[in-house]
Amino acid sequence: MHGAATEPLPREGSARTELSIRCKGLQKSYEDVVAVDGLDLEVRVGECFGLLGPNGAGKTTTVEILEGLLQPSGGTVEILGHRWETDERWLRERLGVSLQQTNLPDKLTVRETIKLFRSFFIEGRDVDKVIDLVALREKEHAKYDTLSGGQRQRLAVACALVGDPKLLFLDEPTTGLDPQSRRMLWDVVLAFKEQGGSVLLTTHYMDEAERLCDRVGVIDHGKMIALGTPKQLIDSLGGSQIVEISLASAPAEDEARDALAASLAGLPGVKASRFLTGRIVLTVEHLHLALPAVLGTLDEKRLELANLSTHHATLEDVFVTLTGRALRE
Amino acid sequence: MSEAVSARRARLNAITELALARFRLFYREPGSMFWTFGFPLVLSIVLGIAFRNRDPEPVVVAVESSSALTLARAERAKEILAKADDVKVKVLPPDEANAELRTGKVSLVVVPEEGEGGYAYRYDPTRPESRLARSVTDDVLQRGEGRKDAYAPVAKIVTEPGSRYIDFLIPGLVGLGLMSTGLWGIGFSLAEMRTKKLIKRLTATPMRRSDFLLSFLLVRAVLLPIELVPLLVFARLVFDVGLHGNILTLGLTALVGGLAFAGMGLLLACRAENPQIVSGLINVVSFPMYLCSGVFFSSSRFPDAVQPLIRYMPLTALNDALRAVMIDGAPLSAVGGKVGLCAAWGLVSFVLAIRFFKWR
Repeated sequence: MHGAATEPLPREGSARTELSIRCKGLQKSYEDVVAVDGLDLEVRVGECFGLLGPNGAGKTTTVEILEGLLQPSGGTVEILGHRWETDERWLRERLGVSLQQTNLPDKLTVRETIKLFRSFFIEGRDVDKVIDLVALREKEHAKYDTLSGGQRQRLAVACALVGDPKLLFLDEPTTGLDPQSRRMLWDVVLAFKEQGGSVLLTTHYMDEAERLCDRVGVIDHGKMIALGTPKQLIDSLGGSQIVEISLASAPAEDEARDALAASLAGLPGVKASRFLTGRIVLTVEHLHLALPAVLGTLDEKRLELANLSTHHATLEDVFVTLTGRALRE
Repeated sequence: MSEAVSARRARLNAITELALARFRLFYREPGSMFWTFGFPLVLSIVLGIAFRNRDPEPVVVAVESSSALTLARAERAKEILAKADDVKVKVLPPDEANAELRTGKVSLVVVPEEGEGGYAYRYDPTRPESRLARSVTDDVLQRGEGRKDAYAPVAKIVTEPGSRYIDFLIPGLVGLGLMSTGLWGIGFSLAEMRTKKLIKRLTATPMRRSDFLLSFLLVRAVLLPIELVPLLVFARLVFDVGLHGNILTLGLTALVGGLAFAGMGLLLACRAENPQIVSGLINVVSFPMYLCSGVFFSSSRFPDAVQPLIRYMPLTALNDALRAVMIDGAPLSAVGGKVGLCAAWGLVSFVLAIRFFKWR
């Protein structure tokens, strides 16, 4: 039987506790697919770390290995200074997990569900406090199948919080939720962080990462392709503004496109320029210098503008720059 | 409070909460309530009415009249037979007579032989009712044509409870109910939990996996009396089906049987990805027992060659034990072997289920 023996629990604080997650050279391959390909990751205590990446990048596989639900094909994993192979029970008592898609039992109420999850932990939070924390007091006696998407997701997070975890895993916690529900969930995560908890979350919403995460790592094809604070990553673009231009008739050949992009890149205030899915995307430092120059150049070349827009650079633009693809393709 | 004590207390709390959750999910699902409680009652009413003891049915025979030559003799045979209480007779042309014999509307056709001869009987001897019809018809015709009996037999008729069909049926329904609630109730809900990734979610907590599986058995054990008592009380009140053995022996037999099928339910669902696969497996396992294990008719009707196989099926053992206790008043010692066989099925299934359970 699994875990029937009560092995002596390692004393808390004896191991390296400055890191809540440490993994090196993480690998996971299935028969013909490499899902995670040599990933290094360190998450500090008290930090909220975001794993970003498109669908199929390997985010969920990585998280499930860290959660001890999947066996890695290679590499080492340490959670709160402990290893899954030796300290599974100790770790389970201290982790909160919300999987990407969990359906909780349809006919159990909010309260019953949280109470059930509370019962699995030797020590944990008060059920009522958790209900208040996730703002489900009004729905306390409502059955799961009557809850909205946002309420279900908050209940899932409540089940992860009720064991009073040191480290919280959230796999795409707000996918498919409306803006208000997303903000309510963000508040729950921020409150958890404020009390000193560490968080690892995956998302493909860049605004979510910017709002919640101290640091983010961008994953693509099972590899970490960028790592830093949201500000560092945005700064790495070299300019704080993004200008997107659509032409009435863009040149069809790649060479003509490259030539046009290159001529725009040389203009004052423009840091980078390239074609992306039919549009010209410019990274710009000084909008007031760049814009007149760009318009002048296009005019000279007798290229008619169909549309022009500018926005502050976001992590979305970082991702596009790094991979040449949009996040939600 | 030491760590060990608080851990033990937490564990007890976890088993209780898991069992409570199972219980709530059960009674909040009207479908499962019907299949567990309603269905056995409905089945016992329907079958009890269909097979209630009636006055013996008359045998139905046809007399064939093929030509003007035999018409007079056919009419005579009809007259003789019509006088007998336990024979229903009609005269039919050969085509119709044969058609009715084929479709079972008549059990035997009486064919007058040409000239002064007797009668020929056309019937299928593999059909019990046809053999009965032959014997009855022959007696009536022979006597009508002047045969003298050696003596007049005295009939002593038996109608005591315990030997009726319903007395046979009720223990079978109890066994059938234990099998279906064990296999379906547990197998189906486990597969559903796996489809919903709920099992995976639970294994991400410190929940002990054995506690999870035990909670299923616990709930079965608690629901068992609630399932059985209404059926037995109903059978007693409506059909006067009595319990001749010890009620504790019956309870223990049912408990072991119920847990055996609960263990099998766990085993059948231990790897299945979705409810469809589990339904298939449960049907494959339960259908042979449904037919062969003596729910509706005695398992001894099957050929000797397959008897050893049938005897070791858990439902056969359970039904035999339930009947022995309910009808014959057998003590525990007499049904120990059968109950032990059920326990073995349950134990082996449970161990295999834990061994091969897919926790994702």
